[in-house]
Amino acid sequence: MAKPEYETHEHDVIVIGAGGAGLRAAIEAAAQGVSVGLICKSLLGKAHTVMAEGGIAAAMGNVWPEDNWQVHFRDTMRGGKMLNNWRMAQLHAQEAPDRVLELERFGALFDRTKDGLISQRDFGGHRYARLAHVGDRTGLEMIRTLQYHAIHQGIDVYMECKVERLLKDGDRVAGAFGYWRNTGQFVMFKAKAVVLATGGIGKAWKITSNSWEYTGDGHATALWAGADLIDMEFVQFHPTGMVWPPSVRGILVTESVRGDGGTLKNNQGERFMFNYIPEFFKGETADNIEEAERWYADKKNNRRTPDLLPRDEVARAINSEVKAGRGSPHGGVFLDICTRRPADYIRKRLPSMYHQFKELANVDITREPMEVGPTCHYVMGGVRVDADSTQATVAGLFAAGEVAGGMHGSNRLGGNSLSDLLVFGRRAGLHAALYAKNLGGTVTIDRAEVESVARAALEPFSRSGGENPYAIQAELQETMHTLVGIIRTEAEMRQALAKIETLKERARKVRVEGGRVYNPGWHIALDLQSLLTVAECTTLAALERKESRGGHTRDDHPYTDDTWGKVNVVLRLRDGRVQVSREPLPEMPAELRALFQERK
Amino acid sequence: MPPATLKVFRGQAAQGDFREYRVDVDEGMVVLDVIHRIQATQAPDLACRWNCKAGKCGSCSAEVNGKPRLMCMTRMDIFEPGETISVAPIRTFPLIRDLVTDVSYNYVKAREVPPLRLRPPDADGKYRMMQEDVDRPQEFHKCIECFLCQDVCHVIRDHEEHKPAFAGPRFFIKIAGLDMHPLDTLNRTEFVRRQAGIGLCNITKCCTEVCPEHIHITDNGIIPMKERMADDFDPIVWLLRKFRGGRPEPA
Amino acid sequence: MARVMTPPRPPIAAAHLRNDAWWALPVTVVIVLGSFIVYSTWAALQNAHYFAPPYLSPFYSPCLSSRCLHMTFGYGLPDVQLPIIGVLSPAFLILWGPGLFRLTCYYYRKAYYRSFWLAPPACAVRDVKRRYTGETRVPLLLQNFHRYTWYVAVIFIVLLTWDAILALRFPAPGGGTQLGIGVGTLVMWANVILLAGYTFSCHSCRHVCGGHVDVFSRARTRYRAWHVLSRLNERHPVFAWLSLFSVGVTDLYIRLVSMGVIRDLRIL
Repeated sequence: MAKPEYETHEHDVIVIGAGGAGLRAAIEAAAQGVSVGLICKSLLGKAHTVMAEGGIAAAMGNVWPEDNWQVHFRDTMRGGKMLNNWRMAQLHAQEAPDRVLELERFGALFDRTKDGLISQRDFGGHRYARLAHVGDRTGLEMIRTLQYHAIHQGIDVYMECKVERLLKDGDRVAGAFGYWRNTGQFVMFKAKAVVLATGGIGKAWKITSNSWEYTGDGHATALWAGADLIDMEFVQFHPTGMVWPPSVRGILVTESVRGDGGTLKNNQGERFMFNYIPEFFKGETADNIEEAERWYADKKNNRRTPDLLPRDEVARAINSEVKAGRGSPHGGVFLDICTRRPADYIRKRLPSMYHQFKELANVDITREPMEVGPTCHYVMGGVRVDADSTQATVAGLFAAGEVAGGMHGSNRLGGNSLSDLLVFGRRAGLHAALYAKNLGGTVTIDRAEVESVARAALEPFSRSGGENPYAIQAELQETMHTLVGIIRTEAEMRQALAKIETLKERARKVRVEGGRVYNPGWHIALDLQSLLTVAECTTLAALERKESRGGHTRDDHPYTDDTWGKVNVVLRLRDGRVQVSREPLPEMPAELRALFQERK
Repeated sequence: MPPATLKVFRGQAAQGDFREYRVDVDEGMVVLDVIHRIQATQAPDLACRWNCKAGKCGSCSAEVNGKPRLMCMTRMDIFEPGETISVAPIRTFPLIRDLVTDVSYNYVKAREVPPLRLRPPDADGKYRMMQEDVDRPQEFHKCIECFLCQDVCHVIRDHEEHKPAFAGPRFFIKIAGLDMHPLDTLNRTEFVRRQAGIGLCNITKCCTEVCPEHIHITDNGIIPMKERMADDFDPIVWLLRKFRGGRPEPA
Repeated sequence: MARVMTPPRPPIAAAHLRNDAWWALPVTVVIVLGSFIVYSTWAALQNAHYFAPPYLSPFYSPCLSSRCLHMTFGYGLPDVQLPIIGVLSPAFLILWGPGLFRLTCYYYRKAYYRSFWLAPPACAVRDVKRRYTGETRVPLLLQNFHRYTWYVAVIFIVLLTWDAILALRFPAPGGGTQLGIGVGTLVMWANVILLAGYTFSCHSCRHVCGGHVDVFSRARTRYRAWHVLSRLNERHPVFAWLSLFSVGVTDLYIRLVSMGVIRDLRIL
């Protein structure tokens, strides 16, 4: 075969992924005066951040002056069942308000309080109304604001470009190699530092709120480049996704519906969440309807409604109701806001939910309840990073946003994602730029490695026989859904591992029709590698953790176990195989530990 | 539901034509689902853009039966049974392949819009805005950049020569959103007239008709910008400004 | 036949791919608007039958001729007839005002650019003419002076309201006037209300009265005005058509009464 051709671009820092974290990182790196390249798989501004609906969690205290970073920190840690990297949770809670205000200075227009400050709304697991929001399209506001700020900062944007591999110069990162989706031509980026901001892995499951992009590229390429992954067993199933019609199954129904007064009911009309309040949250959750109703107006003297328990709890509860035969006609439960809030209020606060149901499901949410059920939404696990600098265990590699692990522990609170993107996106951009500045000189690339990646990428075109990549992707999604879903057992996961092994084998023989220009069949064939890798990682980690905690529920180990509360499951690639190990969590300092003893 | 017949544009660069596919359709499916089914079963290399599948990202723009729409929000049950449904790429932009076009025109135009110029904060360092101050520009912030308005706008759809001097509806509302931003201090009327070519718009409102976010592009964005431009030539306004203090300086 | 586009556009020759009745709207507009123009021109040329005491046709208001002086003024006030009136119908001295207001109206522009100019005939249907310069050159550049025609239109609302008030004063049997209401009175009031609806739902009005403000919370009155006018503005097209019909109907009604074809019914 002839030597594959590729073009080369050189930057101090490249950022892979242009969602909230990637854009914020690129802006910060550019502000440090280094040359920045921003690579995205889709068009600029289409990243998954636009799907975030509820808001940005930040303890600004605009609505409840009692709120502060300590409360936010405590909520985050408790939501993550104490498995979070405490330092990340601390930085996150401390810096989020500044990041939100900064967004406002970039031009974002949040909904306002009566005093003209940024309004904040209630969300699951947050003690106070804390989410800065714009109706139910906060993510869109965030990405548009960052996007339009970024385009004036001298950043080079490479759109519809997919990174296949990270490149290394000895032990440190030296760039990335990929292809243009438009033309199918290869492209190489030389860089001193690489920021991963590629999002999650949700496309490995069948019912998911995630788009085609969420194939775990960042997780997989980091692993292949030698970086550690942690907490990969923790996958968040958002409790409320659409369930009907089948073609929209999994599309997200924002938690704001519950934050703004919606309640969950089973087919008997019962508010079943009152039956699922776990011991851990008893102290802060109302155990009767009267108190829950009072809480909306008076948060100081009443406990929170169980409809707003953290997502893992609600998802499991819905799952149990449906299994017990108390579900809605299409296998979900009812989410009712129409009998609880006036139609105008619903349309004003939840305009895109209103349209989504009206146009896709013929349901008018101001008159009828919605049918909802759990949908794969977010992976808590990811690249293991240093909390302050976001640097991975490979020099020059940084990660922020969903692709980074540790911040959310075993379960993420709603609203903490957008703030995570901003806080750690900025830190990643800053530290990548500083790293690149300190490094000096140039990096060198192993051309032979690049060429072998390119050759492998082109192989599916020349195979005869072989399989349709769509079929393999669909089987993987089915496998993960039935065998590594919300409720897991050892036997099923062993089955899943075996299945993934055969799928890997079949993926090696996949065949692609047509040419290289914008060929989705080929793109899926290439994405299969990372998708299979992350599926394997999640399954391995889930097998290892023999307890139930947050986004990881084992039917064969149904209880939370304190000894497991002190370790992360770490994955790393050694000699071509994924190794699993348990490593202790960083120790929380005494003054922060005290926050959890004050009120039990 | 009975199977549907779709006529999908297939082609690359300067060549291409419609090809017919017969596809099974299930209840509640949208055009994008059908396209995906064609990919999975009949034409794995059929190119189309998509992301969220919920009308929030604006990636799957196409022309269905000649009308610019988001494929993910176009339900199959709006068509007559037995009707052949045509699916074409958005025609205003250069073809890459099949349903995918090169929309870089829009990214070039985006960069030309003068960004926000912030006023100083209040005495305590905070920025205050009332809900009524942000309501109006918030409507424009709903834009998902599907570029359907850019596609349908006849100024560039039918007159390629205007592309260099015309920003298009999407950027008129971007400019309007900045001009009406309560913290902004820049006057963009000169820009909207000279560089953005708002005079080429004859307010025939197709942009508003196709907007999947139901933004009143013409009534709330373009016409108010035309009126702001007219302010610069209105002696009465000029007198009033002398009297109560002027608008910000031009870019 | 397909026009030559720059090569890289999708090679689709058809001027459009719509399979619905997209032509129905422009055809309707041509018929309705065309009929109105024909009728109003004819009515303006008549220079007769525009006054049926106490009703004055809106085409001929304000009254510029002694022939339409209301009895309130005893028919005998000094003759204000301008020398030109004898030659030219007074309607031509009047109609340019409301006419220009409608001609430059943002809504009518949409309607006639689509239906008469065919630029574009309908959405995603190709422009018929090759050359297009929009509103960048004279005379179409002057469309931007819509605001001045609005100032004039407001004056006409005042005048027509005055006419409608006079339409409440009928000749008394023993001379002088008496209060009354006829069908014509109702027609004239309906007309002036619809015209006011059209005039105050105008985009320029909305801008001048409050839309020009950037920070509404610092200009409460103008904000409230803008808010109300915005509501009205959403119905601008409806007012545009209804008031067009009402003006025509009002003129026709008065004309027929004046010609003796129909008799005005007194209600009060």
